[in-house]
Amino acid sequence: MKQFGGPALLLDRSDINTDEIIPAKYLTESSKTALQPHLLEDLLLHGKPFNLNDPAVQQARVVATRANFGCGSSREHAVWAFEVNDIKVVIAQSFARIFRQNMFNCGILAVELTENDIDRLFNMKGSLKIEVDMEGSKLVAISDSSDESNEEFTFQLNDFDRSLVEAGGWLSYADAKY
Amino acid sequence: MGKTIAQKIFDAHLRDTPTPDNMVLDIDVVMCHEITTPIAIMDLVEKDMDRVFDPTRIKAVIDHVTPAKDSKTAAQGKIMRDWAKRHGIIDFFDVGANGVCHALFPEKGFIRPGYTAIMGDSHTCTHGAFGAFAAGVGTTDLEVGILKGVCSFRSPDSMRINISGEFAKGVTAKDVILKIIKELTVNGATDKVIEFSGPVVEQMTMAARMTLCNMAVEAGATSGICAPDRVTAEYLWPYIQKDYTSIDEATADFSKWHSDDDAEYVSVIEMDVSELVPQSSFEYKPDQVKDISELAGSPIDQVYIGSCTNGRIEDLRDAAAILKGRKLATGVRGIVTPATPLIYSQALEEGIIKIFMDAGFCVLNPTCGACLGMSSGVLAEGEVCASTTNRNFNGRMGKGGMVHLMSPFSAAAAAVSGVISDPRDYLN
Ligand code: SF4
Repeated sequence: MKQFGGPALLLDRSDINTDEIIPAKYLTESSKTALQPHLLEDLLLHGKPFNLNDPAVQQARVVATRANFGCGSSREHAVWAFEVNDIKVVIAQSFARIFRQNMFNCGILAVELTENDIDRLFNMKGSLKIEVDMEGSKLVAISDSSDESNEEFTFQLNDFDRSLVEAGGWLSYADAKY
Repeated sequence: MGKTIAQKIFDAHLRDTPTPDNMVLDIDVVMCHEITTPIAIMDLVEKDMDRVFDPTRIKAVIDHVTPAKDSKTAAQGKIMRDWAKRHGIIDFFDVGANGVCHALFPEKGFIRPGYTAIMGDSHTCTHGAFGAFAAGVGTTDLEVGILKGVCSFRSPDSMRINISGEFAKGVTAKDVILKIIKELTVNGATDKVIEFSGPVVEQMTMAARMTLCNMAVEAGATSGICAPDRVTAEYLWPYIQKDYTSIDEATADFSKWHSDDDAEYVSVIEMDVSELVPQSSFEYKPDQVKDISELAGSPIDQVYIGSCTNGRIEDLRDAAAILKGRKLATGVRGIVTPATPLIYSQALEEGIIKIFMDAGFCVLNPTCGACLGMSSGVLAEGEVCASTTNRNFNGRMGKGGMVHLMSPFSAAAAAVSGVISDPRDYLN
């Protein structure tokens, strides 16, 4: 079973679109690694541009956000931009269909939590580390703040999506099966 | 229990059901453009899987940045060109023959009622206007489509929007869909198919139905869909006349792709367009929509008329009705791109290109151009564009730029006044 988790970056906004995750001008890049420095380059949080050089961004291995994450353009580059930054889990209240599918198609995780759970996660103090237990369909958020206890969350993963993660993505799954 | 159009299409294409919620469908048409396909091609080559499931069912075009603007876009075009050649993909449209994918492929008759279609492009939902299930996908889905001719979807729950009433002057399908997205919000239709129905849709041209379906994804929908009828049959007639003895016969046959009366919908929304007035988006989400009169007077720097939403001949005629005999307001840049070469020639023949040029517009070749902020009219920081396109995300047409989505009538009214304006004041 694959291990997913690490330091979390919380993006407190709904409807973050794929143009914000990776702007169209980078769609002419012919390698995924070329996307690495441009992740979330056009993101506005609370009306302000987002600081890409924040160490929290550099260290993040998990991203947590609110509703309708990854809406807009179908560009899988948005998923790759996370992947090449070693972010292999995105947690959200909900995803746009194509983005969610692209995540599982690449064999990485798009986890949906309820609105209450997302609130609970965002209300935690301190910097968070999130460990995902795929088999148990749960995740634990651990804060570095001494007056914050660990919080556990459960999620549901569709069996097909689970098998895509296990197969390492849709291409290997489909190539073996169809 | 009856079935919706989408369910009927799913049933007819079902290859596998890996879990009860996931369906792997056979895909009739895999469409490709030069932004999302080259990376799929290179990945397939690298994995020693450089094959195509059926070259006649793959349609390819260079449309987003064309002719190439720099070395990188030239390389993307070349990868497509070489790939099409090596696999014998005959329906490949390059410079001179190319146009915006979702306008060009329907015009070539590639999409038929009951078809399944995918493309590495979110606005693939446009093709649902023909009674097809058409969905945008990412690169991996595209690779599997190219290689195996299949794609996986969750079950196609449909919502139905019944549109009735009479359009007031200056109100178009674009205003209807903007209003619908405002009501549904940007994720109101996520994982669902939006079926557009009712007397207004039945009377719509294919161009107007494509405008409706085009923006279904802006409410999160997987596909838009309209029941195929006589209008569909007439549009497709040059391509289907060998299959049917008459348009009547084709129309009758298409009715097998109509939803049953007792089909189940997750929701049914009634919409009367009689009171609808011209709409425009504001700020950075396509569900941020107001009556255009509420935004009237806000200044613009550029007008952009084109795209897969509103770059068809009907749209250019609408804009020309306002531009005729008028000039761009001082300081406003006007850009028009007819969506395909055929539309361009029609516009030339009808004198529409001259109207645009006399008004002071720059007439581009068919291309996506500034719609996605990659070429041909990118905005500078702080600039504002009145645009007939479909997306107003922050940075969409250029970093720091703002896009107001509106109909061709409204964009033309903005062009001649220099500020967002109610187009009805310019129509007699
Ligand atoms: S015209 Fe715009 S929205 Fe349509 S396919 Fe091209 S870039 Fe995408």
